[in-house]
Amino acid sequence: MGSIQLKSVKKAFGAVSVINGIDLGIENGEFAVFVGPSGCGKSTLLRLIAGLEDVTSGQVLIDGKDATNIGPSKRGLAMVFQSYALYPHMSVRGNIAFALKMAGQGADVIEQKVRKAAATLNLTDYLDRKPRQLSGGQRQRVAIGRAIVREPKAFLFDEPLSNLDAALRVQMRVEIGELHNALKTTMIYVTHDQVEAMTMADKIVVLDRGSVAQVGSPLELYNRPNGLFVAGFIGSPTMNMIRGPSAEKRGAATIGIRPEHADISTTAGEWPATVRLAEHLGSDTFVHAEADGIGPLTLRLEGEAPLHPDQRIFVTPREAHLHKFDKDGKRIG
Amino acid sequence: MATQQTTTAGRVLVAPSVILLFVWMIVPLVMTLYFSSLRYSLLDPDNVSFVGLQNYTAFLTDPDFLTALYNTLVLVISVLIISVCGGILVALLMDQPVFGQNVLRLMVIAPFFVIPTVSALVWKNLLMNPDSGLFAWIARSLGFDPIVWFTNWPMLSVIVIVSWEWLPFASLILLTALQSLDEEQKEAASLDGAGPISYFGYIVLPHIARAITVVILIETIFLLSVFAEIYVTTAGGPGNATTNIPFLVYKQALLNFDIGGASAGGIIAVILANIVAFFLVRIIGRNLEG
Amino acid sequence: MAMKQSTGKRIGVTVLAWVVAFLIFFPILWTFITSFKSELDAIAMPPKFLFFNWTLENYFAVQERSNYLKFAYNSIVLSIGANVFGLLIAVPAAWSMAFAPGKRTKDLLMWMLSTKMMPAVGALVPIYLLFRDLHLLDSLFGVGVVLLLINLPLLIWMLYTYFKEIPVDILEAARMDGASLLNEILYVLTPMAVPGIASTMLLAVILSWNEAFWTLNLTTSNAAPLPAFIASYSAPEGFFWAKLSAASTLAIAPILILGWFSQKQLVRGLTFGAVK
Repeated sequence: MGSIQLKSVKKAFGAVSVINGIDLGIENGEFAVFVGPSGCGKSTLLRLIAGLEDVTSGQVLIDGKDATNIGPSKRGLAMVFQSYALYPHMSVRGNIAFALKMAGQGADVIEQKVRKAAATLNLTDYLDRKPRQLSGGQRQRVAIGRAIVREPKAFLFDEPLSNLDAALRVQMRVEIGELHNALKTTMIYVTHDQVEAMTMADKIVVLDRGSVAQVGSPLELYNRPNGLFVAGFIGSPTMNMIRGPSAEKRGAATIGIRPEHADISTTAGEWPATVRLAEHLGSDTFVHAEADGIGPLTLRLEGEAPLHPDQRIFVTPREAHLHKFDKDGKRIG
Repeated sequence: MATQQTTTAGRVLVAPSVILLFVWMIVPLVMTLYFSSLRYSLLDPDNVSFVGLQNYTAFLTDPDFLTALYNTLVLVISVLIISVCGGILVALLMDQPVFGQNVLRLMVIAPFFVIPTVSALVWKNLLMNPDSGLFAWIARSLGFDPIVWFTNWPMLSVIVIVSWEWLPFASLILLTALQSLDEEQKEAASLDGAGPISYFGYIVLPHIARAITVVILIETIFLLSVFAEIYVTTAGGPGNATTNIPFLVYKQALLNFDIGGASAGGIIAVILANIVAFFLVRIIGRNLEG
Repeated sequence: MAMKQSTGKRIGVTVLAWVVAFLIFFPILWTFITSFKSELDAIAMPPKFLFFNWTLENYFAVQERSNYLKFAYNSIVLSIGANVFGLLIAVPAAWSMAFAPGKRTKDLLMWMLSTKMMPAVGALVPIYLLFRDLHLLDSLFGVGVVLLLINLPLLIWMLYTYFKEIPVDILEAARMDGASLLNEILYVLTPMAVPGIASTMLLAVILSWNEAFWTLNLTTSNAAPLPAFIASYSAPEGFFWAKLSAASTLAIAPILILGWFSQKQLVRGLTFGAVK
């Protein structure tokens, strides 16, 4: 079991309000990702759930029970920190076993559970090493191992991959995903990286300046962002935002079109433009173009596209994929 | 950034220290203030009466007090000048790429670890004794009469001993500060054609200025309370020549048994120290921001 | 000044540095040498530097005549005992200030520092009278309490600066792992801070060992530690330099060695973290 509900949770540090009243439910077994730019309050929100910070007002419910005034050590949650926060003076074994020792479990049980966790995470050969003797990826696994032996109600991840290099990050992303499939335990994962959010989440919670901007599945957010903020934040490369006559004639203040949802022609189309740069990735081509009277556009074409700088092109958005926003940045339709 | 629980725990855990220190600071201070307003002699303990500020006026107008104040200032200022200037020179020397730097550091810092009573007695006897001391032998070898240190130059003798104790402290701290001067700055200065003197004046001195301030202030705190060295060498004499304020208070209390007068002296010492402490706390406090 | 130096200049600087260091160290060396002389050799004119009959008799004499070991025992009990108890009080306080700071934590730290600046003479009279009335004069307990109190601000300050270097994440990880506050301090913070705690303890022991105001004024014989023991040699009677030197060597050797090990921490401790 491990459902988590937040009821009008607010957090202020002194006069500075960091979380402005958040209502949110996370179902048992769900993989929820909090995503947003730095300073949006996502880590604070996670720490409120963990109990490492007090809420200023509102309630945190774990499994339907009010946990607002319960200390972090009694909430039954496990956390993986950005810095890993391994105990440097303990071996890998000691690190993984610590929570079990604190829970007063017997030596046999502890050893058995540590071995099982180590086997799952490919750490068996390293059990007697100290954290400083491990690579970044191994440390990350120890941090995860420390969390899973406790069989917590939910796992909390605070930007766990941001200290790893790109290749390792992809690998760990897959491993955490597999872990979730195997354990079926609730996971809450904080990241500023929308790719991590898109690839891992069942449910994404986009945060903006201390409030929830939108909650939904990755595809919901991709297909129907409810406002300019989410539209701009989700998807890579970012959505092209166009104001002016093109938007007005469609009855919107701003229209958005994703790079992959526009067609390019060398002869005719809605927006004449000049190619600035074409990035050939093999599988795709990213085209950076300057549209006349509109500004820069980024376009994504499948496969090889024979384009070169200074070439004149015509860009036409696919109407079905067009996003319309009103003057307040809200989605229309 | 913490929870109510940790904040509460923090208060509880810090409480014993705060209470102990508060009691340690306030109880003696209040008692000293109280005693300082009494005529109270241990020789006549049944005859205690309130005399107001009389002890202070007596203490402040006592020529012994003025002498002690003067001696205190002479001792503090002389030792400060010697240890800071000497410390800068020693630190500059130790900062050079010399052979055996680590051993040198150990030798230079050693006097700081010597028990004050030991240094005082070793200097008084083994080195400064006019008959058999090493200095007497050196003077005679050079054809001079040995200096009769503690009779003719009592204050200077105490200053020499205390300076020897504090020179290592200044050297060590200034050396630490010097070593944090980065190589690039040194190289830039040498490329700019700075000579040793302007290099010292424009680069080194500003860099270690804060460390010098810290040395001066901390030494002042300790030097205002020099006691053991005087206790075992001159006992404040000859006459009052080496009696500083701590020693005067000690004499008044435990040799003359005048509790009232000694307490007034103690309060005056506290006021003096607080003037210094005021500046020290501000400087270290500013440092906390970083 | 890392400008390129000729070897000649380097040798010159080296010689100068060694001469200066030797002069500063000389009184200690001279004490050490004198401790192996007979009393007659000790006051011989001209002084005998190395060629004399080396003897250990002073060391035996110091123990036999004045029971050196008793004073050494007092010094050890006082300097270690007072500071072990001091640490028990200071570690939780430093935890609190480093990891659960409030609005007033900084003021509190500065206040603690300022108590260190109270001159001892200001408290001499009442403490002496209180101790007399409580029968604590010349007792290890009484002097120990005073040593604990005068070192407490330093202990807290040094521990605080060391604790500040420990990432709070790790303590939070312990909390998430279900550790109570006691377990967090006992199993996570303390083992991680061992180097800092050790050097704090070392400096505090050195300062207590050398403390010579309260020990001279509050002890006479039973609880007297080494500074008071050495002071008893100040009475100018007979030929005693060799024995004074032997007693001095014994009194300063242990602390000198400890001190040499702790030089680096010393700077931080003595300047309350203002110079590192």
